[in-house]
Amino acid sequence: MGPHLFLAAGGHGKVVIPDFGGPSGGAHGCIARNGLFCWSWVDEHWGDTLQPALIQHLYLTAIAVAIGFTIAFFAALLAHRRNWFETPFGLFSAFLYTIPSLALFQLLVPFTGLSVTTIEIGLVGYTLLILFRNTLTGLREVPEDVIEAARGMGLSPGQIMARVELPLALPAIMAGLRIATVTTISLATVAAYITPLGLGKPIFYGLQSSFHTEFMATGALAIALALAADVLLVTAQRALMPWTRMRRAT
Amino acid sequence: MTAPENQRGRAAEIVFDRATKRYPGRSVPAVSELSMTIPAGEICCLVGPSGGGKTTAMKMVNRLIDITDGDIRIDEQSVRKLNVTELRRGIGYVIQQVGLFPHMSVGDNIATVPKLLGWDKKRTQARIAELLELVGLEAGDADRYPAQLSGGQRQRVGLARAMAADPPVMLMDEPFGAIDPITRERLQDEFLRLHREVRKTVIFVTHDIDEAIKIGDHIATLREGGVLAQYDTPDRILAAPADDFVARFVGADRGLKRLALRRLDEVELEPLADGYEGAPTVDRTTTLRDALSLMLTEGSSVCLVRGADGTVTGMLTVRRVSELLSEET
Repeated sequence: MGPHLFLAAGGHGKVVIPDFGGPSGGAHGCIARNGLFCWSWVDEHWGDTLQPALIQHLYLTAIAVAIGFTIAFFAALLAHRRNWFETPFGLFSAFLYTIPSLALFQLLVPFTGLSVTTIEIGLVGYTLLILFRNTLTGLREVPEDVIEAARGMGLSPGQIMARVELPLALPAIMAGLRIATVTTISLATVAAYITPLGLGKPIFYGLQSSFHTEFMATGALAIALALAADVLLVTAQRALMPWTRMRRAT
Repeated sequence: MTAPENQRGRAAEIVFDRATKRYPGRSVPAVSELSMTIPAGEICCLVGPSGGGKTTAMKMVNRLIDITDGDIRIDEQSVRKLNVTELRRGIGYVIQQVGLFPHMSVGDNIATVPKLLGWDKKRTQARIAELLELVGLEAGDADRYPAQLSGGQRQRVGLARAMAADPPVMLMDEPFGAIDPITRERLQDEFLRLHREVRKTVIFVTHDIDEAIKIGDHIATLREGGVLAQYDTPDRILAAPADDFVARFVGADRGLKRLALRRLDEVELEPLADGYEGAPTVDRTTTLRDALSLMLTEGSSVCLVRGADGTVTGMLTVRRVSELLSEET
């Protein structure tokens, strides 16, 4: 199987290349010359191509990171309480992480078909390692004396987790979330290989048809999305954790 | 300190009753049949070498370490029978590394136990303000984070946090151990002043015998294996160590240390005699140790003692100092 799989499953509404003489292009326009980047195309196809792909991409990423975080978070909590669990889950998530993405999607197709499920399973798999490692490290780096003081004051194990360990592990958890989110945004473009969803779809289309603007614009959009997500997470982190910005005032 | 809280000044007697801690696979217990009674409102210092079980003995009180055998009772109530979180909320706990919550402001740190106990906001805020003043911090410090404080300030917050719900018992594990000597001395003095006001029963673990002598109403000296070598007042421990171990632990200069415990206005002086007009003069609140030191430095066998009104009321001789040391206490 190769790119033809994508075409077979493709539902791309518009055929771009034969339409060179678009309304804004003209016989000698940017689109007609297949220029590297034509604003007019972006302008024209924002509504029918780029925006839907961007929204789909957001969904693909958000679902993958949310599910991946849930799994990794509880796995890390378990590994924090029961040390024996760290090695098997660590190895499992590292194993998933090392499988080349195209191969992983391909492997899943016989089981889950050319579906969103296939994409999400693959994407979730890639988030586990980083989210598990960071959450566990964050929990383990909570200073022993802080926990001892909390126990000595009569906080129950649940209260220590909720009020002390998790808040203090939050910077490490957020760092993991940032990496996982940016990685997933990038990986999710490959997912269009399975089913035409997200920013991967116009990228593949652009590559297929050798029409430069389509994949250039979509690629730029994917990068912008990754940066925006990162900035959003950093902002959230700062707002949630004022103590991490405090330096000795005197 | 003002505005007494309704339960201000509670203290409880702590009784160790053959309290023992054994760890599986170890032949020697960490604490071995420790029996002693700490009267309500007193400070008991636990001293001894590393491995003497002093911290273990202390942590058995709030059950951070479980008792293997015997019992510890706070006001007649066995700690083994109490609910462990309730027990701990009623005991102030201060450790050397302080263990402040770095993600919470000073005020929120202090409010930890009051929040667990469900105090309303107004009462909690009032208590935070009161405690900050009590431990010598400013009201504005409530909004700062632990990372913005010095080591000494952090330990003050640790102390305030431990006292927040006015527990009758406080456990302190080398609280001033990581603080520079000058700040440590000041914190010790302030802690003693504070204790005179709040009168809690305090178990204070330290490896520093001088600190124990200064802070403790009683000193419990533990030897390896958590065996109680001597439980006595600082003066008695210095005057009559129970055995060689205690004598070595308190140091060869125990006589001098004992002198530091007594001030000139606490001892009988000699009447003023003629011929000593040029002798060094000291205030009556000076310790015997400092007076002796002055005599030795000045090369005089006598020093004159000024009374409260500034006139010389008596004198002290080196021989009198030696007599006082050999007196039974």
